[in-house]
Amino acid sequence: MTKQKIVLVGNGMAGIRSLEEIIKLEKNKFELTVFGSEPHPNYDRIQLSKVLQGDTTVEDITLHDWNWYEKNQITLYTGETVIKVDTENQIIYSNKNRAVEYDKLILATGSLPFILPLPGADKKGVTAFRNIEDCQKMIEYSAHYKRAAVIGGGLLGLEAARGLLNLGMKVDVIHIFDYLMERQLDKTAGKLLQKELESQGMNFLMNKQTEAIVGENRVEGIRFKDGELLEADLVVMAVGIKPNVQLACESGIPVKRGITVNDYMETGIQNVFAVGECAEHREVVYGLVSPLYEQGKALAKKICEIPGEGYKGSTLSTKLKVSGVDVFSAGEINENTNTKTIKEFNDYQGTYKKILIEEGQISGAVLFGNTSESSKLLRMINQRSDIDDYLVSKKTEDGGVSLVAGFPDEEIICGCNGVTKADIVEAIQSQGLNTFEEVKGCTSASRSCGGCKPLVTDLLGLTTGTDSSLSSQKEPICECTTLSRDEVVAEIRDKNLSHTREVMNVLDWKTSEGCSKCKPALNYYLGMINPAEYEDERESRYVNERLHANIQKDGTFSVVPRMYGGVTNAKDLRTIADVADKYNVKLIKLTGGQRMDLFGIQKEDLPSVWADLDMPSGYAYGKTLRTVKTCVGENFCRFGTQDSISLGQMLEKKFERVGTPHKVKMGVSACPRNCAESGIKDVGFVGVDGAWEIYVGGNGGTHLKSADLLCKVKTTEEIMEITGAFLQYYRETANYLERTSVWVQRMGLDHIKAVIDDETNKQQLNERLNDALSVLKDPWKEAINSEEIQSSLYKSVKVPVETK
Amino acid sequence: MEKVLQRKKVSTLSELPRNLGKTVSIGSLEVALFRLNNGEVRAIENKCPHRGGVLAEGIISGEYVFCPMHDWKISIADGQVQKPDTGCVQTFGVEVENEDVYVLY
Ligand code: SRM
Ligand SMILES: Cc1cc2nc3c(=O)[nH]c(=O)nc-3n(C[C@H](O)[C@H](O)[C@H](O)COP(=O)(O)OP(=O)(O)OC[C@H]3O[C@@H](n4cnc5c(N)ncnc54)[C@H](O)[C@@H]3O)c2cc1C
Ligand code: SF4
Ligand code: FES
Repeated sequence: MTKQKIVLVGNGMAGIRSLEEIIKLEKNKFELTVFGSEPHPNYDRIQLSKVLQGDTTVEDITLHDWNWYEKNQITLYTGETVIKVDTENQIIYSNKNRAVEYDKLILATGSLPFILPLPGADKKGVTAFRNIEDCQKMIEYSAHYKRAAVIGGGLLGLEAARGLLNLGMKVDVIHIFDYLMERQLDKTAGKLLQKELESQGMNFLMNKQTEAIVGENRVEGIRFKDGELLEADLVVMAVGIKPNVQLACESGIPVKRGITVNDYMETGIQNVFAVGECAEHREVVYGLVSPLYEQGKALAKKICEIPGEGYKGSTLSTKLKVSGVDVFSAGEINENTNTKTIKEFNDYQGTYKKILIEEGQISGAVLFGNTSESSKLLRMINQRSDIDDYLVSKKTEDGGVSLVAGFPDEEIICGCNGVTKADIVEAIQSQGLNTFEEVKGCTSASRSCGGCKPLVTDLLGLTTGTDSSLSSQKEPICECTTLSRDEVVAEIRDKNLSHTREVMNVLDWKTSEGCSKCKPALNYYLGMINPAEYEDERESRYVNERLHANIQKDGTFSVVPRMYGGVTNAKDLRTIADVADKYNVKLIKLTGGQRMDLFGIQKEDLPSVWADLDMPSGYAYGKTLRTVKTCVGENFCRFGTQDSISLGQMLEKKFERVGTPHKVKMGVSACPRNCAESGIKDVGFVGVDGAWEIYVGGNGGTHLKSADLLCKVKTTEEIMEITGAFLQYYRETANYLERTSVWVQRMGLDHIKAVIDDETNKQQLNERLNDALSVLKDPWKEAINSEEIQSSLYKSVKVPVETK
Repeated sequence: MEKVLQRKKVSTLSELPRNLGKTVSIGSLEVALFRLNNGEVRAIENKCPHRGGVLAEGIISGEYVFCPMHDWKISIADGQVQKPDTGCVQTFGVEVENEDVYVLY
């Protein structure tokens, strides 16, 4: 049987989702061809805001990579536009003179951004916000220019504005209305939103009508109807979209605002369908993805000849993807004479809730500040639920029962990807999922805007029977076991286990050889428990720690030699310069840890680079002491009360190399001005007249946390003892990969203080630490002196191919 | 056209450390060679389908390697990327004769 030919025009979100639905229903019945004007495979347009805001890269937003098309035997023409449909003979023609016959044609041409027909709108520096190229243009502009103006204070405009702020531009938003997002919000919410965004740094020009865009060749500013002038180097037009119907119009396919379709997505012409933003269904054109996905389902059923009731229209809901701002609206937004409302306005916390009620039923809602009820309200609006149901449900929640528990199975949890509660529960149960990431990977829930993450997490907790808030009590160290860190460590001690495979065997690991999480963790625990005898397992080390250098994205490595306390000298600098020349180092950079980093070194060259440097490893790759940052101190600085450099060097020399659960950083400042940033270090020292303050548990990384004062001491001997005891206690009780900041919070500062204050404890902790320190050698030296290490770890094989 | 497989000696067994990868370049082709715990030797393309990470430097567990860049889990046996990620890498035949290791490519 010859396959039916389906041609899809528009390689975007709605079109490809429809094909997916078709393939799900009928794998082999059709021959599929796709045309897309953009030069990319299908990507997640929603996430462009995140690309612009710098949270994601273009590669990360690809929804279907080239392999997907190949695997499903779809012929794909990208960068190619369909310019005519001959509906009589069922043939389409492209701008590259391609003619393709079809049995069924799907139009999914999306929308075009609406560009205001202003004088000057064609100048360089005016852009829309619709596709990858627009984003790239804005990112490029932000590198050269400072001032951006966004015309339009709706969803798109505000997301663009937030992105441009992140790119370091000064941003003015021009809006024609007196409050923001007037199509989705009421005045109260719109004003709250404006206040919040102003505090993030946006400037608003409200009630402003643009008259012209001015400038020589490129944009220099905007002139308004009231005569005022605004300077701008970049103008983003985000005033709306219009269905892209040109192809349909020119081919005689009936069009009103969009291409008109019935409940089965059929246009007025036989065998021609339309779906997505270009389609008009019951006089509505949708501009969000979740309706498009429902349309895709209806379309797929029709094409595969499966009876169904078709598409009945959708209730729209809105979320703004700007971090720090939670807004939601759905259904009716503004009250009229027939509506009653429930309103809660909390000026102090900046939250606002309005629910509209028509004849006792919920008809719409607006939320600002707290959107945790958004899914529930959306469902209730869709079903026109009684307001009493809402009020009752609210009582149970206030009693602590999770929202999702009460959702029916067919409730859509992820609106972006059309994933229902039943889909998620089924996936968790049948595939034994345990983490949010797994659920996301298997079901696509939360893959686009991420707004439903709290619901997905709750659902995971409900389904697996673990309360997510309690799970930290006993957390298995990885998916290979049910045992927690403390249990594993106790077993290793009790049973005298001596290597990772033995631990896995004896403790009944679910996998025979572990995973990338437990192997390094077990290797650490074994070494910590028995430093003298345990032989470190190279294969259980993450590459950086195995090779004693940081791997780069291109597979080369970086080398950071020690520079104790951030102090260097002319001879060492000369050596570094010579090495850089000899090995073609691509970049020499001063690190945030006060030393030098040599980048782009080939793996094979590492041992000889180290030999030439003849300096100790700086362990910039290790779970160990990284750097001790120091300030100038009393010998030079007019405020210095202590010799910070000497103390820093002493600490670094004493504690370097010893393995810790996560990396450890120290800082020593000689006065409370704290130029070495001791307040955000794992261990920080601040000199005051005649004494040192010791701070612990600070972190300047992902979760910024200031350190807590542990104690105040007079002598350097005391400093070394207390630091030693602190480090050893951390080594013995922290989870692998737990920074001191988290560990101190978990254990409690007072508890740690009590342990260290106890004189015997302090002595014993230091003794055990000294045992561990005594067996350590510089790893670079070891590699230089060992043929075996060099050939097994650093040499790669090069086999020439003969050319004939 | 059918591609004729070539066979190349790339190493001896004793040169391959257990449970670690070795980078082998054959002309411009880069292969990650692994000597697994069960003694078998396997070869896959040395390029992670995610962002091109060098798989030879990954942590190995059983028949899987974890990419050193962003921790994707990839089967060394059939090249398939494991859930929740997707994709695959090319695998190559390996023959061991006496002490010598050959890659078919
Ligand atoms: C080189 C350096 C950046 C620089 O050029 O300044 C750097 C580079 C890297 N940092 Fe860092 N960090 C560097 C200072 C810092 C600092 C600042 C400091 O130490 O004063 C911080 C915040 C302070 C802190 O840690 O409390 C910092 C917080 C991080 C974090 C987040 C840690 C956290 O607990 O939140 C990571 C990720 C991790 O370790 O898991 C990280 C991880 C990394 C890695 C190793 C990422 C990786 O795994 O590949 C980077 C290696 C880059 C490369 O390609 O070689 N880097 N990193 C700095 C090296 C200092 C040194 O001399 O050793
Ligand atoms: C920055 C931004 C943020 C957004 N945020 C959200 C959000 O948070 N939530 C939400 O629900 N929605 C959001 N949207 C809207 C959502 O992206 C769209 O509703 C959705 O992409 C529409 O899908 P579509 O397939 O109809 O159109 P598109 O994704 O635009 O696809 C149409 C494709 O067809 C191609 N095409 C057109 N004509 C032809 C032709 N003649 N020949 C060949 N190819 C052609 C186009 O080049 C385009 O690639 C956002 C949109 C943008 C731009
Ligand atoms: S902040 Fe650190 S981890 Fe992030 S890119 Fe810079 S060097 Fe790499
Ligand atoms: S490159 Fe391999 S996981 Fe990212």
